[in-house]
Amino acid sequence: MNLEELQQIAESSKQEREKADYEINVCMGTGCLSQHSDKIKDDLATEASVSNKRIIVRRTGCMGLCASGPLVLVEPTNVLYQHVSADRARDIINSVDGEPIPELLCDLREHFDDQVHVVLENSGRIDPEKIEDYIGRDGYLALVTALTDMTPASIIDEITKSGLKGRGGGGYPTGLKWGTVAKARGDLKYVICNADEGDPGAFMDRSVLESDPQRVIEGMAIGAYAVGASRGFVYVRAEYPLAVSRFNTALRDARRRGFLGNNICGTDFDFDIEIRLGAGAFVCGEETALLQSIEGKRGTPKPRPPYPAVSGLWGKPTLINNVESFANIAPIIRKGAAWFAKMGTEKSKGTKVFALTGKIAHTGLVEVPMGMPLRQIIFGIGGGVPDGHKFKAVQTGGPSGGCIPEEHLDIPVSYESLIGVGSMMGSGGMIVMDDTSCMVNVAKFFLQFCMEESCGKCIPCRAGTWQMHQILTKICDGEGTHEDLDLLVDLCGTIKETSLCGLGMSAPNPVLSTLRYFRNEYLEHIDNKNCPAGVCACGTKAAKEAEVHA
Amino acid sequence: MTLYPMPPLPSNDKRWKIVNGTMRRHGFTRHALIETLHTVQTSFGYLDDESIRFVAKSLRVPLSQAYGVVTFYHYFSLKPPGKHTATVCTGTACYIKGADRLIASSERHLDVKQGETTADGNISLMTARCVGACGRAPVVIMDGELMGDATSEKMLEQFERWAV
Repeated sequence: MNLEELQQIAESSKQEREKADYEINVCMGTGCLSQHSDKIKDDLATEASVSNKRIIVRRTGCMGLCASGPLVLVEPTNVLYQHVSADRARDIINSVDGEPIPELLCDLREHFDDQVHVVLENSGRIDPEKIEDYIGRDGYLALVTALTDMTPASIIDEITKSGLKGRGGGGYPTGLKWGTVAKARGDLKYVICNADEGDPGAFMDRSVLESDPQRVIEGMAIGAYAVGASRGFVYVRAEYPLAVSRFNTALRDARRRGFLGNNICGTDFDFDIEIRLGAGAFVCGEETALLQSIEGKRGTPKPRPPYPAVSGLWGKPTLINNVESFANIAPIIRKGAAWFAKMGTEKSKGTKVFALTGKIAHTGLVEVPMGMPLRQIIFGIGGGVPDGHKFKAVQTGGPSGGCIPEEHLDIPVSYESLIGVGSMMGSGGMIVMDDTSCMVNVAKFFLQFCMEESCGKCIPCRAGTWQMHQILTKICDGEGTHEDLDLLVDLCGTIKETSLCGLGMSAPNPVLSTLRYFRNEYLEHIDNKNCPAGVCACGTKAAKEAEVHA
Repeated sequence: MTLYPMPPLPSNDKRWKIVNGTMRRHGFTRHALIETLHTVQTSFGYLDDESIRFVAKSLRVPLSQAYGVVTFYHYFSLKPPGKHTATVCTGTACYIKGADRLIASSERHLDVKQGETTADGNISLMTARCVGACGRAPVVIMDGELMGDATSEKMLEQFERWAV
């Protein structure tokens, strides 16, 4: 494969598209597929074939607005239909060249107009199982350019200049990490894509793998070339069967087209990728635990240093990046570091994909430039809290993050600002809570999660989270005391400072942040044995039993 | 050139050949343990003593280590699943939208605790961390099919259909 061949494929893909007057994209991500969008696509294709119009009906990945699924997008008129059912297929085909169907029309300008799609630029616009679609939208241009015109050092330099930071949550500068792996000595190096998206309430990585898998492969291949690696792994959750199957197809296609394998693009660069399935352990999102899991062992973390960049998988230098980080690589190489660095804030560059869920009108995936105020994301793009309820908090960063109250909604979203208000970026889950959520109960929910997911290797995390959970249960049951609160804060400090890995170190965050902003709710449980949101069965245990059996 | 004799397949069941195929694809290396256990669980529905012993022996992994891996990861099950499985997602988005109520009403209806199977072996009630379909929370997976905006009523209806 060289540049000319690549352009030929892109050209024929474009010609194929130009043969049709209309393109109908049907979202077949996990969300819409669960509402049988595959049937809708089949019916649309049948109707299109019997009509005398020139229409392409295409399966695509996620279009983002999961709440309104199944979604169908008609191009080039850019008409988006929501809640489509298969029996409307004929109407949609009939109306492509006329007026859009009003009752199906999804007209959410404020939802789409403020978004900037870099990672999701192809999501919902290409068939994820057709590599030609990806190439037709400048896919693999970055890899071919990198291999033929750039040195590994100049690639790392470009990534460094772009200011890209790890999108998995830690926010470590990607260029710096690549530089370390490139400098590390070793006959064999590995590249690993961390797709163990364990944060409950986050599904960005699943969506990228389902909607645009080639982008991740391209990013990994560029990374491998830059650091001198020859083997790659994608560690993906077994709970994501569709993502695994689409990624497998993508790997086969990439090999067939010569983007993976030996002598890629006629150079002496060899690289191939294998999938490894996770098995339901949250801690395996931590990089050293992930390595253990790929080696077929229990996923328990190891103390760092040595960092995986120096001694990782089977003791070899290993580059580990998150799905979204790899998905950003190709656009950076293609459009340049300066283009990327123009977006975002001073320290957090580029865009970030967020999964908006919980009590919010437009649940789904959004991608916004860093620096956008939280308020705009939640109330503008997200459409605010539905059913007349009042916004209470937004939870970011999963079980490691915190709850941000209304008074801080005007902060621009970035790695630094979120840490400043006691939360963190995490992988990008944003769960909106309204006045029907009890913040003590939410803290308990996360603590229970961390307690159950603690691998048990270090005592602060194993025993500490259990103790904290006990105290929170006591408070929720209306049996807490003021001393319990002090003890809770004390425990938080101990666990934070003495745990081995990120899971333990960040487990107290949900408690600390709710204590900081919603202390009155804790006090209400303790002093008045009352749960303001009506979630906890305060008072006696008997009352709780009664509610369970009611 | 195998130095260690390979254990014979536990039975003539064709599924063992699939399991063996996974191990062969990975060159019978130790790090194929988790991948192989996935194949066993997909083929047989769960992991029993016999299968863990067979995989451990084939990959020359100490049985203690194999058992340690099986019990460490939530995804692996040591108990046979029921004929039907309802998996309630307990991720944050589903929790906010009342997944605990779905679990409570299902437990009452089926007279089991989460993670258990009804006495007649018909329905297993399981939970999952997060299936990543948060946009449609609360979510339940009924025999592999995702049910979005789940309610107790919709779940109980499905249980009734399964009961006959």
